[in-house]
Amino acid sequence: MNAPTALVAEDEPLLAQALKAELARAGPELRVVAEAADGEAAVAQALALQPDVCFLDIRMPVLTGLEAAQALAEEWPEGTALPLLVFVTAYDHYAVQAFEAQAVDYVVKPVLASRLAACVQRLQARLAQGRTALDVAAPNLQLMQQLRALLGTALPTPAAPLLEVIQASAGNTVHMVPVAEVLYFEAADKYLRVVTAQREHLIRLSLRELLPQIDERQFWQVHRSLVVRAAAIETAVRDESGKVFLHLRGRPERLVASRLYAHRFKGM
Amino acid sequence: MPTAQENPPRSLLRWLWEEERVGIPLCVGIAGFLSLSVSGRFLDHLVYSLCIGQLIQFSIEGGRFGAARWLAQRAGQPLNAHRAWPGWAFMAPWIVVCTLGGYWLGMHLGDWLTNNHYAPVLRRGNLGYLLPTAVVTLVASIGTTWFFYAKGKLATAQADAQAAQRLAAENQLRLLQSQLQPHMLFNTLANLRVLIGMDPARAQTMLDQLVGFLRSTLVASRVSEHPLGDEFARLADYLALMQVRMGGRLQTQLALPDELRSVPVPPLLLQPLVENAIQHGLEPKREGGRITVSAEREGGLLRLCVRDTGLGLGERTAPRLAQGTSFGLQQVRQRLATLYGERASLQLRSADDAQGGTQVVVILPLDERAP
Repeated sequence: MNAPTALVAEDEPLLAQALKAELARAGPELRVVAEAADGEAAVAQALALQPDVCFLDIRMPVLTGLEAAQALAEEWPEGTALPLLVFVTAYDHYAVQAFEAQAVDYVVKPVLASRLAACVQRLQARLAQGRTALDVAAPNLQLMQQLRALLGTALPTPAAPLLEVIQASAGNTVHMVPVAEVLYFEAADKYLRVVTAQREHLIRLSLRELLPQIDERQFWQVHRSLVVRAAAIETAVRDESGKVFLHLRGRPERLVASRLYAHRFKGM
Repeated sequence: MPTAQENPPRSLLRWLWEEERVGIPLCVGIAGFLSLSVSGRFLDHLVYSLCIGQLIQFSIEGGRFGAARWLAQRAGQPLNAHRAWPGWAFMAPWIVVCTLGGYWLGMHLGDWLTNNHYAPVLRRGNLGYLLPTAVVTLVASIGTTWFFYAKGKLATAQADAQAAQRLAAENQLRLLQSQLQPHMLFNTLANLRVLIGMDPARAQTMLDQLVGFLRSTLVASRVSEHPLGDEFARLADYLALMQVRMGGRLQTQLALPDELRSVPVPPLLLQPLVENAIQHGLEPKREGGRITVSAEREGGLLRLCVRDTGLGLGERTAPRLAQGTSFGLQQVRQRLATLYGERASLQLRSADDAQGGTQVVVILPLDERAP
């Protein structure tokens, strides 16, 4: 087996440097092949270099460590095992509780050498077992489940009143779009596409901001950038990679639910 | 008196006790006074006095609560349990009506109980008996009502004072909590730990800055003002700590004219604003940016400005990873309102130049003591 590789994602330069140095001491055979100072860069680097382990800081610009993990789980290429994830946090009470509950590995800052050594040992043991065929074929079901639970619990969002109407402006016209008519929301760069049976609108809102304001029993998140009205889904077809393709009533396009959310589409 | 928190049966008994420990001794006193001044048996007087007294007391008090509750309901507010006072405009005529009615009914009730026939006296107009008893009754009614009025007022004032004290203590605690954010502390300590091994001299400077920051945070909750120069020095400490953490992603600029150094300001007034600018504006922005804190004199006003070139208001997302963050702004507003009322203001808006970002402007009246 080749020497295991690692990615370190940490936005504070001194801490990134220190973590690298500590890692070199704790497990010399673990080679840090990539560094990233924000969540988006971490995802891009990890996808490009496919390290065996990712150390993800929780609070980073652009994407949090958890969001980066979600993006990795959704975009990871078929047929290869997801990296082992270790979250790094200074003091995120909720996150630490959630990590404990989900038995996901994490270290707290300041990182103690002894704690990191134990962590590296565990990682090496896992890697030495080999990324078995099972690991690759059933795409890390356990990790998927852990991630889902983390995304649900570790990011408490303030309760907001439910939206009734979405005000979408186009030029000097404001379209009043009743939420009851919306079929799905899709995040697109800095905007959010609001799609009804007839047409679509763009609003300047992130999916993260929208989610607390819509009824989650009516609208299901099926991908980190996609929320669909459950009642509008006509068929859900699963392919061999675990992805699920959704066909909506009244819309021609096909939507993709990621592996992370595929569990929602099971026969009763 | 009944309060919303107590269970009804207990509070009713308590209310009865509060009323009767005033009402019954008063009736006994009046009976004694009348038996000495008007003649007649003390026991007879006591029966009449109790009948009249109780009728008047409970009709007045019943009316008082009823009217107060009705008024509170109409205004859409909860009934003030300590007070229940509908105002003298209602109570003055109500006392007279209750006194006359209670007197008349009480006489008849007394007649019925004692088998006497004093009540017809009322119609025949025997002034020698009527006048002293009526006057005593009216005086007792007004006096008792006044007593409950004053007592309610005192209890309300005490409750208000307690509530204000509790609020002040709570605010102080929240201020401390917001400034000693564990996330900031542990990250800073993590950086310090790295520097100790790498660059001891820099580590020492950083430790000094951390000590300065911690000391000022603890002291700020105890003093009411300090010079603007000190305020800027504390901000410099905080920003230096953040610069170690964020490295090249954070540039800072502090602009304080010398003549404004000694102007007294509430301690750490700007701190939450600077923290917000970093937490919501600069930290989440990939390339970071610059924060500028400046003070200017504008006539009789002091203009303080915290400006960042980070994410603008429109780009900021809801507070990430739950921390009481909007509390900072709200707390500064509250402090300004308590200290200066209408004379101070705080404005949060997107910066209006090409660099983007957000700016907060605080305007304070300049103290006369300042040069």
